[in-house]
Amino acid sequence: MNGILPLRLEGVSYAAGGRTLIERTSLTLEAGASTIVLGANGAGKSVLMRLMHGLLAPSSGRVAWQTEGPRRRQAMVFQRPVMLRRSALANVLYALDAAGVPAAQQLRLAREALEEVGLAHVAGRPARVLSGGEQQRLALARAWALHPEVLFLDEPTASLDPGATREIEAVIKAFDVSGTKIVMSTHSLGQARRLGDEILFLHQGRLAERAPVEDFFKRPASAEAAAFIKGELPWI
Amino acid sequence: MGAEGVFADPRLWSIVGLSLAVSLSAVVLASLAGLPLGAALAVGRFPGREAVIVLLNALMGLPPVVVGLAIYLLLSRAGPLGELGLLFTPQAMVIAQTVLVLPIIAALARQAVEDAWREYEEQLRSLGVDGLRGALTVLWDIRFSLLTAVLAGLGRASAEVGAVMIVGGNIDGVTRVMTTTIALETSKGDLPLALGLGAVLICIVLALNAGAHLVKLAAERRYG
Repeated sequence: MNGILPLRLEGVSYAAGGRTLIERTSLTLEAGASTIVLGANGAGKSVLMRLMHGLLAPSSGRVAWQTEGPRRRQAMVFQRPVMLRRSALANVLYALDAAGVPAAQQLRLAREALEEVGLAHVAGRPARVLSGGEQQRLALARAWALHPEVLFLDEPTASLDPGATREIEAVIKAFDVSGTKIVMSTHSLGQARRLGDEILFLHQGRLAERAPVEDFFKRPASAEAAAFIKGELPWI
Repeated sequence: MGAEGVFADPRLWSIVGLSLAVSLSAVVLASLAGLPLGAALAVGRFPGREAVIVLLNALMGLPPVVVGLAIYLLLSRAGPLGELGLLFTPQAMVIAQTVLVLPIIAALARQAVEDAWREYEEQLRSLGVDGLRGALTVLWDIRFSLLTAVLAGLGRASAEVGAVMIVGGNIDGVTRVMTTTIALETSKGDLPLALGLGAVLICIVLALNAGAHLVKLAAERRYG
């Protein structure tokens, strides 16, 4: 199968409003291992994810997928889900239609996706009156229906309570099991341990360290990472 | 004629009918141009955009008599469009009201689309939706806010006097509408007809606003 991975970033920088938010970052993301983008607020996590996903264009450098077909085989779930003013089911159908999925398959895929995230019982309810946790699961269902090769998640549980967070994490694990590459940013060390295989640690717009999860937490190689783990890194 | 007989007067209802026909036509035309214009201004990025927005907002308060005068000059025999022979016809009134109402509809639509677009843009682009399809999605999603903009335009059109008076000429049975009749009959001293038309006009404006409010409430309950 000729997938879209690996994703290569070559000397990628991104500047906005006179500030450099991501500085000369090069890395390759392979299929398989779940990648956690870790770092303090303002470290550039969200910007890096948006550069990878293609929502931002790098100021310099290159973001290149292995193959680029007409249809996007990547999806993104944002910190605050944006729901269209229509039913939960219609939101998933919209995503399928936008992705060019044949009409005959759309309803089945959408219902399966809602089933997967445990929202089948609210399929007909307006998406925007669902709770925060339900809306985020609906955002995951919208991604699930597309069967993306890569799923980006930008602090998906940052505004949710512990119960909703557990439900979201369960769905993310299911994505992983189904073979979708997970790339998730978080500032929760616990979540990084629970869901990640490897860590990309960002500090002030630079990739400070990249390591398997166990190594990162036991033997951080960089002083910034060690300080972050100890909770000593100042918020910027 | 007594006050109680005024609503049985066929003149009154033909005046009301012409008023509605003129204002509705103007609002339909202004919406056809103003909604896409507002959406394009909300989403597009081009030099001078801010200036156009300020201008559009300022034009919302355009004095009807000035619009009337400008259209009068365009349509008068010596004017650039004089050959069309439209002056003192209902068509001229439709043109004037279209010009008057277009900035209102475009400016209100611009604000509504811009707010929604700010919220939707990233998500839509992530789903691979951009350009025309993205714009249509946003327009459809905020259709009830846009309806409010259109009704605001209709309220303005049906209540103005100056523009239709100048380009229509207030000709009995041809271009006489509610507002111009009220102005004329009051100065003539025929208060019952003026009052009757005033009551009808207020009822129409009230009904429009109540309708807009109810539609918005129902939409919020239904779609969040």
